[in-house]
Amino acid sequence: MEAGTITARRATRSPLAAAWGWLRRNALLIFAGLAVLYMLVPILVIVLFSFDAGNAQGELDFTFSGFTLENWSDAFAVEAVNDSMITSLELATLSTIASTAIGTLMAMALVRYQFFGRRATNLLIVLPLATPEIVIGAALLSLFITYNLDLGFQTLFIAHVMFSISFVVIVVRSRLIGFDRSIEEAAADLGATPLTTFRLVTLPLLAPGIVAAALLAFALSIDDFVISNFNSGTTVTFPLYIFGAQLRGIPVQVNVLATMLFAVTVIAIMLVLWQQRRAERLASVRPEQEVAPLQQV
Amino acid sequence: MTFRRRLIPYWLLLPGAIWLALFFVVPMYFMGELALRTGTFTEGFQSGFEVSNFSDSLSGNTDQLVRSFTYAGTATLIALLIAYPLAYVIALRAGRWKLLLLFAVIAPFFTTYLIRTIAWKTILADQSPVVDVLQFMQLVPEDGRVLATGGAVIAGLTYNFLPFMILPIYASLERIDTSLIEAGKDLYASATQTFLRVTLPITMPGIVAGVLLTFIPAVGDYVNAEILGGTGTSMIGNVIQSLYLEQRNYPEAAALSFLMMAAILAVVLVYLRVAGTGAFMGEEEERR
Repeated sequence: MEAGTITARRATRSPLAAAWGWLRRNALLIFAGLAVLYMLVPILVIVLFSFDAGNAQGELDFTFSGFTLENWSDAFAVEAVNDSMITSLELATLSTIASTAIGTLMAMALVRYQFFGRRATNLLIVLPLATPEIVIGAALLSLFITYNLDLGFQTLFIAHVMFSISFVVIVVRSRLIGFDRSIEEAAADLGATPLTTFRLVTLPLLAPGIVAAALLAFALSIDDFVISNFNSGTTVTFPLYIFGAQLRGIPVQVNVLATMLFAVTVIAIMLVLWQQRRAERLASVRPEQEVAPLQQV
Repeated sequence: MTFRRRLIPYWLLLPGAIWLALFFVVPMYFMGELALRTGTFTEGFQSGFEVSNFSDSLSGNTDQLVRSFTYAGTATLIALLIAYPLAYVIALRAGRWKLLLLFAVIAPFFTTYLIRTIAWKTILADQSPVVDVLQFMQLVPEDGRVLATGGAVIAGLTYNFLPFMILPIYASLERIDTSLIEAGKDLYASATQTFLRVTLPITMPGIVAGVLLTFIPAVGDYVNAEILGGTGTSMIGNVIQSLYLEQRNYPEAAALSFLMMAAILAVVLVYLRVAGTGAFMGEEEERR
């Protein structure tokens, strides 16, 4: 990694050699820059093509047919796109609430208590992460077929909560591991009941982790295609709509909605990061530093 | 500790454990049961012990199975080669750019998987500038295409699962004690030696986790093959999907899912034997 520095010092003779030396010294950074660009190119394409005129039917034809603002002014013109987006948002909201609550409780148990069956629980949480989505989807469908359950919003909800739980546990757990328990002990020493301590101390300090986990669960749910494809019945979520439209022709508005979704997520993440930093600043307050009342956290 | 207090963790675990058991473990059993049934969709399936479903589901689909593992393996390898240097820079060199770079790495997650893949279809389309450049560089024949080839599917897989490779490697590099690297240098190890003897072994758990998190979903993926691939590039996921949802041949579909799972498990176990760590279980973190 540092090998370039010695060669570089020797290489100040000609401009060409200097350039070569610079290139060698910064090869790693240049590579990283290119890799980041690679990660972002499809997103730029999505944003760019949200201004694409599309073909005569207003569908994507995979070449840039001309710049237009109409897609944005008519963003909600295609009813099927809107309906699928609303379904996705409802599903994501409900499954996020459920999986975040369930997963947070599990994470608390795993980090704070020593108990019999802990390894088995860990396994139960990790296994879904190590199973291809198609197998999860197919297995759930097998269950629903066997019991003749109607596929639809309910089965999607079951599936989405299921695959989100593991992610929630992992995110909240990492937050809990770094948790300074002396703050809780201090609250107890000051006469707070366990419930009061939890409400006024633990929960506010844990909040950034829980919010991050919820955000992840929401993103996973709204993005899921494979598992949903197996268990949706006639219910159409946003990704399912796109997959269906892929064969017939994708309305140009899809890129507009994708861009909006992207922007909203980015803003949400920024808010979480900002909140997280604030909470960390407050959590690191010690008596010798400035004293902030806990209620303000 | 009182008895009631000892029960607390179990109460906390109860909802999640039930949900995961009921909708992850139990379905696996029913998929196994389904895989042994006889009959057709129109006449109904009878429970039975039809082991031939397994061999039937495999016949004619071995190409797709082999292809899935080849594509996923290639994509995993390319992803590793891209991810490690990038994770290294983010963790150890980025300074105040760290958060921004991390953000760029997970940014693809904020757009829908399918739309991302369709964006790649645009990028690799026949008339696209990217393909023109590749043709100019003679990497693709003058009249050749990129779309509908195995290369396009591998490119899609690599892209879509790259964050899963980057993040665990980043996490392990982030945690590294840089004084160890300094010590390597103090002991006159060259940069390469330090990297191979110190940095790489310490970050091995991250690599193992990243490889698994990329490889396993990539084997089962069928979206990339469906959108970016052509006639000769379908993967085992495409077959399972079609058997389940189009042909409604549930027993064979279930049998094939099981065979794929078994094949993945075999590969993963061999891999873990060779790479050997329990890094995937998150135990290391909890011990601290």
